[in-house]
Amino acid sequence: MRMATSSPFKRLLDEIGTVDQVGVEERAAKFATRSIKNNSKLWGLKTAVSMVDLTTLEGKDTPGKVTSLCQKARTPGDDPEVPPVAAVCIYPAFVQQAHRLLAGTSIKVASVATSFPSGQTPLRLRLQEVRQAVADGADEIDMVINRGLFLAGEFSAVSDEIAAVVQTCGDSRLKVILEVSELETYDNVRAASFIAMRAIRAADFIKTSTGKTPSNATLANTQVMIEAIRDHYLASGVPIGMKPAGGIQRAKQALYFLVAVKETLGDAWLNNTRYRFGASSLLNDLLRQIEKQKTGAYQAPYYFTESSESY
Amino acid sequence: MHTPRAPLRAKKNVAVARVPELIFGDLWEFDPAPESADPRLRDQYDLFIDGTFIPPRSRKYFDTVNPATEKVIASVALAGPEDVDAAFTAAQKAFEGPWGKMPGKERGKYIYRIARLIQDRAREFAVAETMDGGKPIKESRDFDVPMAAAHFFYHAGWADKIEYAIPGRRVKPLGPVGQVIPWNFPLLMLAWKIAPALAMGNTVVLKPAETTPLSALKLGELLMEAELPPGVVNFVTGAGETGASVMAHPCAKKIAFTGSTKVGKIIMRQTAGSDKRMTMELGGKAANIVFDDSPLDQAVEGVVNGIFFNQGHVCCAGSRLLVQESIAELFIEKLKRRIDVLRVGNPLDKNTDVGAINSRMQLDKIEDLVASGIAQGAKMYQPSCALPGSGFFYRPTIFTGVTQSHRIACEEIFGPVLSVLTFRTLEEAVDKANNTAFGLSAGVWTDKGSRILKMSTLLKAGVVWANTFNKFDPSSPFGGYKESGFGREGGRHGLLDYAKVI
Amino acid sequence: MRTLPTGRAGTRIIVAKTPKAYIGGEFIRSESGRVFPIYEPGGENGHRTFIANIPQCTRKDVRNAVEAAAKAGRGWAGRTPYNRGQIVYRLAEMLESRTGEMAGAIARAKRLESVAAEAEVAMSVDRLIYYAGWADKYEQILGNTNPVAGPFFNFTVAEPVGIVGVIADDASPLLALISQVAPAIVSGNTVVALASETLPYPAILLGEMLATSDLPGGVVNILTGFKSELIATFATHTHIRSVDAVVSPEHRKELALGAAESVKRVRARPLEDPPDWSDESTQSVYDIRAFVEFKTTWHPIGA
Repeated sequence: MRMATSSPFKRLLDEIGTVDQVGVEERAAKFATRSIKNNSKLWGLKTAVSMVDLTTLEGKDTPGKVTSLCQKARTPGDDPEVPPVAAVCIYPAFVQQAHRLLAGTSIKVASVATSFPSGQTPLRLRLQEVRQAVADGADEIDMVINRGLFLAGEFSAVSDEIAAVVQTCGDSRLKVILEVSELETYDNVRAASFIAMRAIRAADFIKTSTGKTPSNATLANTQVMIEAIRDHYLASGVPIGMKPAGGIQRAKQALYFLVAVKETLGDAWLNNTRYRFGASSLLNDLLRQIEKQKTGAYQAPYYFTESSESY
Repeated sequence: MHTPRAPLRAKKNVAVARVPELIFGDLWEFDPAPESADPRLRDQYDLFIDGTFIPPRSRKYFDTVNPATEKVIASVALAGPEDVDAAFTAAQKAFEGPWGKMPGKERGKYIYRIARLIQDRAREFAVAETMDGGKPIKESRDFDVPMAAAHFFYHAGWADKIEYAIPGRRVKPLGPVGQVIPWNFPLLMLAWKIAPALAMGNTVVLKPAETTPLSALKLGELLMEAELPPGVVNFVTGAGETGASVMAHPCAKKIAFTGSTKVGKIIMRQTAGSDKRMTMELGGKAANIVFDDSPLDQAVEGVVNGIFFNQGHVCCAGSRLLVQESIAELFIEKLKRRIDVLRVGNPLDKNTDVGAINSRMQLDKIEDLVASGIAQGAKMYQPSCALPGSGFFYRPTIFTGVTQSHRIACEEIFGPVLSVLTFRTLEEAVDKANNTAFGLSAGVWTDKGSRILKMSTLLKAGVVWANTFNKFDPSSPFGGYKESGFGREGGRHGLLDYAKVI
Repeated sequence: MRTLPTGRAGTRIIVAKTPKAYIGGEFIRSESGRVFPIYEPGGENGHRTFIANIPQCTRKDVRNAVEAAAKAGRGWAGRTPYNRGQIVYRLAEMLESRTGEMAGAIARAKRLESVAAEAEVAMSVDRLIYYAGWADKYEQILGNTNPVAGPFFNFTVAEPVGIVGVIADDASPLLALISQVAPAIVSGNTVVALASETLPYPAILLGEMLATSDLPGGVVNILTGFKSELIATFATHTHIRSVDAVVSPEHRKELALGAAESVKRVRARPLEDPPDWSDESTQSVYDIRAFVEFKTTWHPIGA
């Protein structure tokens, strides 16, 4: 019989270890002192483009908006050297449409599901949503974990729910959103990462945020998650992907996130099968900087399609 | 009872287990990113005495070399005894004259002015510091120079508040003070020394290290811009003999030395019988103690920062890692992976993590001690990074299987070399940590609050970093126990070492 | 030898006390067996009045005293400041209650009026009380938190330096010794003291009072002997971490030279211009500060 004389958090943290906030934030700040120049910058920018999950997740989304998004995903700019993005990320209602528009391309259709962003509906309904999205052609499912269960210490319930979604996904790739801002501490982020990673498959992802809360991906919380991915990989041999989402709007930020990948997970994670950016406006800034690298001239935002900066 | 954490390792019983490993290759190699700011250096520097640059009476000059290229940067005056004498005469005159009579409020304004001017010209000083000493530009830019400015800024504010620093007593300045500083933090050590001395109303004769004289000389130019009264601060450049003249000068009411314990002892002997006030900031062999419940990745980062910061040329470097046996293997693996991504090379490159060893002499010393580690049977690990073809460079090095009796566990290496020892219990960790003549700093890594306070109480060291390492601040006193020296620099505590209590 | 009338039985020969050094809570002769005689000052026609034979301690006695001090150190430093204060206060009580005996010894040694000798005892009592009061307060004056620019809690505490060597001033055989020893022990240091060479007897009496106070054995060790013979050992013994001495220029140099070998903290004051121990300026928290190390601890503030 298992002794239960301490909290589930304590038991899990005893196993996986804790995180010091100040220390990890210092480490993360160091990535932002890297100076990426010339060819290495160009390589980083293009790689970042190929990792973008081009996202629209708004109540006011329409088929028209999704059509533009898919077109932008196929040809981000007029430069043939710039790769297409990794995926478009949309609500389930638009999966069929996106699937049709992106047929024959490398671009995946990713759908949020499981009552995104709160996840607060019965599991049965959440699974039904996943099933429907997969049936409609979603290559990838971005689910949210049940933060309420997690904070209540019901870890096996959290894990069982994720496992149920994995089952329902079939061949579709799963990305598990931890919603780090609601977990609050880095210890919790590390704990939730391990709970998720132990329930998912190689090539599935863990993801920081829904983008629907005030704070999203940072270098520090992403560092906590990629260190968890590293530890999980070294212990089990199962490689898990990482997707920071929300708040990454500038090319320079994206490069720092990639520096963290290079120095923490190594070369095998520097591609879009293991790393993604959940973003919308980031793509155009990447394109601007690529153009700047090539021409030497700083670029006005309105040269790039789907730009929201029209001033 | 604390349960030791099970190492996060793949189970050994998997039949065809291919051990997963990370690939830190060249898929995304960074292009060179050299700092391009002009350090505004001259080809030749005279002595900064009495508010101006004057040629040495010794008529001698020596070269200062960029350790990353082995090329001469500038020719610098060699101060002989007569020059040191002239510097003290100027300092004495300034003390008896305008500086000694100036109210603290006004004195403070000069010190603030110095702080501001350093901030204005921060990048230029950072480049000069990196060229002269070999430290990565990232460190001189983000640490040495801003921290030097912060020291002046902090102490400036004390100048008119001295009575609050010493409740119940009044204080007087001492007079001219003689200061000798080392080559590992040329500008920062200078700020540590000068700022409190000036705040308390003293005047200064300072000798920078012979391999890194440039930041002091550039500061001399800056002091002229600040219109600091002549003679308040004087810089005499030279080697050990110049330093000995500064320390032994009869005008020096107080001497302050930062450097090796060996030289500190020589100075103490040479000045015996002079009744001079003294502070000594000497060597160290700090233990960085990692318990099995510590936040491991941050501990790894702290250990790396503790020993590879400034190529390990740090008196308080965490050169002995004491790691609890139950996590030793896991921790060392993490440590190796971390140093695999350290970037060793051109100090002026903004992405360089580990720069050049300060001098050929220092490199020889490191090589000698590393050879002794190998000869005494410790196991060495170095990452396979390429080193530049010229200049003095050394790979980050970890020795495992080290015991207390290894030379590399006892002697200060002052280079990027970490000795790893293990312990089983708290008491053993404390005994090992304290089993040294040094006592400058120590590190503790654990998640348990009461253990931190217990360790902090038991460790015989002037600075204890708990769940962090190599942190400095002008308001935080720094200095050692035992043979790591006496007196404190920084904070309220540092002030008293530059004042006479009456 | 003095004789005293003892009533009907006629003249009684008094039982003289053998002076002994006080090491590790025990009264010992010098390991060498050597003694030196002390006399009352003055005397005519070469006739001097003998007081006693004083142990002439050797460097081995110093070594033994250091070992006793080291053994006592951890326990003494580990007591609460409140407790150390009470013990030093108790010592003052012991001295006060034996004022007559101590004043008699001082008067005899210095050929003072008993009023003056009693004044030295009274000042010594007051000095002990002064430092007893500091025991649980000096850290509040000398330590502090430091407002560093970063997410760290940073504080500085004062810790005892370890074993302190005291070379007592000759001028006031009791007051100087107490003024030098008390500020060292309140913070948790242990002391190896060399009593006044010229006037050692009051220090020997003090040792007897220490033995009956609550001060643990080994916290204060009192040796008698010659500076010229023992200063070298005080200077070079590497386990003595600090020395407080009132000595001649030559001895100051000797101390400084020896101290260099182990980077010892030396507080040397001139024998040729000694402090006026009766002046209250010779007592302060800064005299405690002279025998502490400052330890600064950093810890991140995070969750």
